[in-house]
Amino acid sequence: MPFVSARTQKSSYDVIVVGSGAAGGQSAYTLCMDGAKVLMLEAGRKYDPALETPMFQTPDMAPLGGAGTPEKPFGFYDATVDGGWEVPGEPYVRASEEDAGRFEWWRARMLGGRTNHWGRISLRNGPYDFKPYSRDGLGFDWPISYEDLAPYYDRVELLIGVYGTSEGLENTPDSSPGCLLPPPKPLVSDLLVAQRAKRLGIPVIPGHRAVLTQPLDFAHTPARLHPGNATAQKILAEDMRSRSACIWATPCGRGCSIRANYQSTTVHLPPALASGNLDVRTDAMVYEVTLGPEGRASGVSFVDRTTGTHQHVTARAVILAASACESVRILLNSKSAPFSNGLANSSGKVGRYLMDTVGSSLGGQIPLLESLPPLNEDAASGHQLYVPWWLYQDQHAGKLGFARGYHIEFGGGRRMPDNGTGTKMEWLTDGSYGAKFKQDMRRYYGSFVYFDGRGEMIPNDHSFCEIDPSVKDKWGIPVLRFHWEWSEHERRQAAHMQKTFADIIGAMGGRTEGAAQADGARAIAPGGSIIHEVGGAMMGASPATSVTNQWCQTWDVENLFVTDGAVFASNADKNPTLTIMALAWRAADHILERMRRKEL
Amino acid sequence: MDRRTTIKWVLAASAAWSFPAAQGAQARPTIRARGYGTDPNLAKAYRRGELWPLTMSAPQRRLAGFLTDLIIPADAHSPSASAVGVVDFIDEWISAPYPLHLQDRTTVLDGFTWLEAEAARRFGKGFSDLEVIEQRGICDAICDESRAAAGLRVAARFFALYRDLTAGGFYSTPVGRKDLNYIGNVPLVNFDGPPPALLKSLGLL
Repeated sequence: MPFVSARTQKSSYDVIVVGSGAAGGQSAYTLCMDGAKVLMLEAGRKYDPALETPMFQTPDMAPLGGAGTPEKPFGFYDATVDGGWEVPGEPYVRASEEDAGRFEWWRARMLGGRTNHWGRISLRNGPYDFKPYSRDGLGFDWPISYEDLAPYYDRVELLIGVYGTSEGLENTPDSSPGCLLPPPKPLVSDLLVAQRAKRLGIPVIPGHRAVLTQPLDFAHTPARLHPGNATAQKILAEDMRSRSACIWATPCGRGCSIRANYQSTTVHLPPALASGNLDVRTDAMVYEVTLGPEGRASGVSFVDRTTGTHQHVTARAVILAASACESVRILLNSKSAPFSNGLANSSGKVGRYLMDTVGSSLGGQIPLLESLPPLNEDAASGHQLYVPWWLYQDQHAGKLGFARGYHIEFGGGRRMPDNGTGTKMEWLTDGSYGAKFKQDMRRYYGSFVYFDGRGEMIPNDHSFCEIDPSVKDKWGIPVLRFHWEWSEHERRQAAHMQKTFADIIGAMGGRTEGAAQADGARAIAPGGSIIHEVGGAMMGASPATSVTNQWCQTWDVENLFVTDGAVFASNADKNPTLTIMALAWRAADHILERMRRKEL
Repeated sequence: MDRRTTIKWVLAASAAWSFPAAQGAQARPTIRARGYGTDPNLAKAYRRGELWPLTMSAPQRRLAGFLTDLIIPADAHSPSASAVGVVDFIDEWISAPYPLHLQDRTTVLDGFTWLEAEAARRFGKGFSDLEVIEQRGICDAICDESRAAAGLRVAARFFALYRDLTAGGFYSTPVGRKDLNYIGNVPLVNFDGPPPALLKSLGLL
C-alpha cells in the first residue's frame, strides 16, 4: 500500500524524504531502487496526471477563456493546483514592497510540486559555474567541480529523457554519447531567429528539454543506470516501456497524461512505488526536524492537513527536499537547546544567499512571418532552439560591465489562439475594428516572436530569508520573511539582454513591442518571479561558512541532508532543475553507501 | 477609472435618458460570488454562468452584442462575435469575482453608460437603436487612444478593453481558431517541421 495514512504507515523508515518534486522524487527514486525503505511526506494533495491532466481541452471550455486568476495564476489549464504566488492560509512576508526589494514566492501544494507544470528546460551547469569565485572573485565556489557531477547529469538525462545536442561550446557541456534524445524540428520563426542572430555573432543551438522525442531505450538504459541490480533494471525497463513519446500537441505546462515529458509524478514516483520500498503520505505539512540523542535527527513533525493533528515519524536519516525556501523554513523552525537559531545553523548561513534567475523579456512583430500558410506549429511546445551564453571571453576581459552571463529562450509560431489572441494590437493596427480588424488579425497571427533572458545572479548579503517574528500560517507555523536586493551586475545584465533582443528583432526586419528598456532596474523582473529560487543552505568546503558538505549532508547533523536547490552555492544562468536532480542522485548514492557501512 | 469620471458619466446618462432604458444601462449588481478555488476540475467543459452568475441586464446584453459585432462582424470567412457566444464570454468576465475582473467590470459598465449618453447626445436615441453608420461614428472617435481627443481618452481606454475582450472571446472559440487557420491541437505521430518549399521561399533553406 504505497499511499499511506497514520494507520497504515510503518513505525519507522530508513529515510524520510520531505517533498515530492524534482529533489524529493530523485532522492526517493535512487534510494528505493537500491532497497532503502522510504517515507515521502508531501504537504499537498495526491495528484494523478493520468486522470487529471487537461490534455486537449480548448480555451472555450474553460472559465474566462482559460485566463489566469489569483487562484490559477498561469491560466486555468496550468497543471498547478493548490498553488501560486499566494497560497490561502499560508502567507509570507516581504521586508520591502518596493519593486527593487520585492520577492515573490511560488509554491505548489501538490504531489510532484512544481515539476508538474515546469518548462522542462534541462541545462547542465558548466565547469565555470562550479568555480565562479575562482574565475572572477565574486560569490562562492562549490565544493565540487563539473567532473564530480557529470556522471550524474548523464544518469538523470538517461532516466528522465532529455532532448538536445552536444555542440562543444564553452561552458555549455556535452553529454556522454547516447544520453540525449534527438531534438525536435525547429519552427519557421525559430529558423529565422537562428539565421539573423548568427549574422550578429550570436549562436543558436537546439534546446535541451525533458520531453521524449522518441521512446526511451528500455532495452539498454536500465542496465546502464542500475548495474548489478536486476530488480531495479526490471522495474525501470517496464516503466520506461510504458511511457509514450511526444505526440506534438497540448502544452507541457498542463502536465502530460501519457508521460511524454518529465514530472516527478510520471517519471520518478511510479518506479519508486513499483519497487515496494516507497510509502507516500500526502497532506503532510512538515514543520520541524526533531533532534534525538547524540545530536542526530530522530525524525520529523508534521501537521496532517486532513485532520489538523500534529504527528511525528522517525527514520535513520532525514532528507529535506521541500524546495529551497521551504527547507530553509523547516530548518529555522527546528529549534532546540544546541540549535537555538535553527537546526544545522551553527554557521548562521541558513536562509542566507538566496538567489533567483535574472529575467527580462521583449517581444517583436516580424513582417516576414506574416500571412504564412497554415502550419501545425505546436511542436514540442517550445524551446526547440535556444541561445547559450556566448560572450565568456569578452566578459572575462572586463568588457561588459557585468560579471555573469545569460542564455536566451525564445519562441513564436502559430500557437493555439487563446484569450490573449488579438489583444493589445493598437501599436500595429491604429485601432482598427470591424472587417479591417479581422483582416489584421489574420495577417499578424503567428508573426510574433518573444525573447526571455535567463541570467546568473551573484549571491549577496542583502538577499535572504528568515523567520518572521510574529506572522504564522493557519496551522500556527511561523512563516518566512524575505529580503531582496539586486546588484549592479544583475541590472546591467538585464539592460544588455534588452539591447540584444532589440538587435535580433531588428536583424529579423521586425519591430519591438515598445522600446527596449535601457534602464536595468526597470528591465529586470522581480526577485523570485522566474521561480528559480535557490540557495539558503549553501554547500561548501567548511562548516564555518556553509550549511552542507558536498554530499548535501549538513555539517552539524550527520543524518540530515538537504537535496533541493537550497544547497546551490551559485545560480548559473542554466535552469536549476537538472542540477537539483543530479545533486540529489549523488547525495542519495552517498547515503546508500553510508548505510551499507552502518554509518547512518 | 476614477470615481469622479464615473459619476460624470452616470449623471450625463441620467440626464439624457428616459427612465426605463436608463435603469437597464445602470443596472450594476454587486458581485458576491466566489471564485472557482485553487483546485477546480480541469477536465470538464464549463458553461458560462455555471461558476458564477452572469449579471448583465437585457439592455446591457443587447448593447454588448451590437458592440462586439461592430468589432468582429460576420464576413466571408467567419460569423460575427456575438454569433459564437462572445457576449456570454464578456458577461462571465465582468461578473467574475477576481480583482482584475472587478476592475474591468467598472470600465465596461461605465463605458456602456458613456456610449448611451453619447448616443443620446448626438442622435437622441439609445446606442442599440442607432444605425450602424451612427454607431461607427461614435466608435471612430474612441477606437485609438493615441488619436482620441483629450476628453475621450477614458472612453478610448474602455473601447480598447472591450475590443480585447471581444477578440479574446472570439479567437478562443473553434470558429476563431479556424478563422486564423490554426490547425494544431491534434496528436501527430511525427512532427516534420515546416515544408522545405516554404523555407526556401523565405530564404531559410
